[in-house]
Amino acid sequence: MLPSQLCEALAARFPEAVLARHTYRNDATVTVRPEGLLAAARALKEDPLFQMNFLMDLTAVDYSAFGKRPPARGAFPSSGVEVRPEDGVPDEAPWPGPAVGERFEVVYHFFSWPLKHRLRLKVPVGEALPEVDSLTPLWAAANWFEREVWDMFGIRFRGHPNLKRILMYEEFAGHPLRKDYPVNKRQPLIGPVN
Amino acid sequence: MTEQSLETRDMLLNVGPAHPAMHGIVRIITRLEAEVIREADVEIGYLHRGFEKMSEEVPFNGVIPYTDRLNYVSPLINNMGYCMAVEKLLGLTVPERCHYIRVLMSEISRVCDHLTCIGATAMELGAFTVFLYMIKAREFLWELVEEVTGARLTISYCRVGGVKADLPGDFAGRAQEAIRQTREVLKEVDKLLTRNRIFVDRMKATGKITQEEAVSYGITGPFLRSTGVSFDVRKAQPYAIYDRLKFEVPLGVHGDNLDRYYVRMEEMEQAMRMVEQCLAQMPPGPVGVSPETGEPIPAAEMVDKAKRGEIHSIAGRAAVTDPTLEGSGQSAHPAIGAAEKRVFLPPKEDTYGNIEGLMQHFKLVMFGHGIRPPKGEVYFPVEGANGELGFYVVSDGSDKAYRVRVRPPCFTIMAALPRLLQGDMMADVVPTFGSVNMIGGELDR
Repeated sequence: MLPSQLCEALAARFPEAVLARHTYRNDATVTVRPEGLLAAARALKEDPLFQMNFLMDLTAVDYSAFGKRPPARGAFPSSGVEVRPEDGVPDEAPWPGPAVGERFEVVYHFFSWPLKHRLRLKVPVGEALPEVDSLTPLWAAANWFEREVWDMFGIRFRGHPNLKRILMYEEFAGHPLRKDYPVNKRQPLIGPVN
Repeated sequence: MTEQSLETRDMLLNVGPAHPAMHGIVRIITRLEAEVIREADVEIGYLHRGFEKMSEEVPFNGVIPYTDRLNYVSPLINNMGYCMAVEKLLGLTVPERCHYIRVLMSEISRVCDHLTCIGATAMELGAFTVFLYMIKAREFLWELVEEVTGARLTISYCRVGGVKADLPGDFAGRAQEAIRQTREVLKEVDKLLTRNRIFVDRMKATGKITQEEAVSYGITGPFLRSTGVSFDVRKAQPYAIYDRLKFEVPLGVHGDNLDRYYVRMEEMEQAMRMVEQCLAQMPPGPVGVSPETGEPIPAAEMVDKAKRGEIHSIAGRAAVTDPTLEGSGQSAHPAIGAAEKRVFLPPKEDTYGNIEGLMQHFKLVMFGHGIRPPKGEVYFPVEGANGELGFYVVSDGSDKAYRVRVRPPCFTIMAALPRLLQGDMMADVVPTFGSVNMIGGELDR
C-alpha cells in the first residue's frame, strides 16, 4: 500500500486514537494516543490489510529541547566577525512537526514482509508519568528495545517482563539520551559487585 | 555411597565478559543441567560509547567517523546508510556514478564481513587454517578499500551528498584480480569445511530457530534467510541502484548454524557478482580538465604569480593541489557528489584556488554554518552485512542532528541468543555465538 493509504486506513480504523498523520519524505507516520497503542499495534500485526509482522525498531525522542537550540547567530568574541548562517536547504512540503505538548515520543517502526510496506507509529508520552504499554506480548523484539528505551530515556513499559537497564550498568544515575543529561557528565565506574 | 551424594543440581556458569572463544565483550550467564543449557541470560553494553548522544553534538558530516566504528568489519555500509538517511532528509539526489561507487564498496565490505564471520567461527571450532585463508582473502579486498579510501578500517569514505574521492584509474582491473583471488580462497575453504565431518557435526542442528520466532524477534539478514524467509532490503525495497543488478537471495531451510554458513558462503559469491556488474555498468568517470579552464598549474605557483601581479598569466587557469587520494581532484568532483553547494564540499582546487570555492568550503565547515537540513524525521534502511541497518534521523533545522538512532542488526539477534542456546550443549555456545556474528560496536553503540 502507498504510505498515504496506510495512514488513511489506520486512521479510519481508530478514529479516536489517531492524533495526527503525515507522509513526510514518503514515510507513513501515524501518531496515536497512549491508550490506543496496544489496539493499534495488534491491528497492525493481525489485520490482513496491514500484516506488519516485523517490529523493526523501537526508540524514543526527547522533544524538550526541540527548536530551543541557541541560534548560531552572533559574533566571534576574539575578532568580532559576525556569524550569520543562512536558512539552509528549503523544503517544498514541510514536516508538520512533533506532537504538541508532551515531552517524549516513543517511535515504532513496523515492516510488513508479505506486503513490503513500512509504517512509523508514534506515541506521545508525558514527563510526569512516562509510561506506555509494552509490546512484548506481540513481538519478542520489543523486549530488548523497550529495555533500551527505559535505559536511555527513563520511559517505563507496562507489562514488560524484565524492565532493567541494558546498555548502562544498574548503578548508573539518570537517563543519558534525555536532553537535560549533559553530554560531558562523568559518573564513577562501578567495579564487580563481589 | 548414600543417596544424597548422587543428588544432582543445576549449575550456574558464567561465560565472559572476556573469553577466548568470544570475539567481542559480552557476558552469558548459563544455567546448566549436566552439559545442557537450560536457561541463558545475555548481558551487553560493555562497549557503549554514546554514539547516539555524540551524534547530537557534532555537525552532520562529523557523525560519519562515528558510523565507521559501528560495524567495524564493514564500515562502508554504515557510511552509506547514514549518508543516505541524511540525503533523504535533505531531499537530495546524488549522481549515478556515486551510487555505483557506494554499492560497489558496500558489496566488497559485505564479502569482508562474511569472510571474517565464517573465518572466526571456523577458528573457534579448531579450523585455524580456514581463518588464515579467509583473512588472506580479506586482505586482498582491504587493499582495494585502502586504495580507494586511503584507510583500511576507519575509512570515513562517504560524505553527505557524495563520496570523498572517485575510484583510482586502474581500479576495475585490480578489483577483478582481487575477486578472482577471493574466489580461489572460497573454493579452498569450501573444500575444507563444507564436507568436513567435525565442522558439520558441530554446526548442524545447533542454534536452531524457527521462521515465526525469527520474525517475532525482528531478526533480519543472513540469519533470517537461513530460516527460509527471503527478506532482503535490497530486493524488498531496492535503494540506490540495486534494482539494476541481477542477484539472488540465498535461502536456508533449517535455520541452524550450518544453514547460516551456507547462506553466508553463497552471499559472498552474489556480492562479488554485484561488484562485477557495478564495474561493467558504471557510467564513465571524469572526462579530464575542461578546455576553458586552461592548463592547470600548481596552487603555490598561482599564489606567487598573483602576488607579483601577473594576473593575466593565470586568468582562466585551474590550480592543482596535492590531493591525498587519487581521484579526489576537481575533474572527478561532479561525478561523485551532488550538485548542491549547500551540502557537498567543493573540490580542494576550488577551496585553495578561488574565492567562491573558499567561501563554499567555509560555509560548510565553520562554526554555526554547515549542512542545515529542514526540520523533519526520516528512517532509511539499508541491507547491512548482518541484516537491516536503519538510521532514524530527526532534524530541528540546525546544523546538528536533533536525534540519530541506529537500528543495529545484531541487537535483535543477540536478543534471541538466550532462546538459541536453550536446550543445546555448552560446547554449542561457540558455533552459535559465531554465527550470530556479534559486532560490539553496533550492538552497544
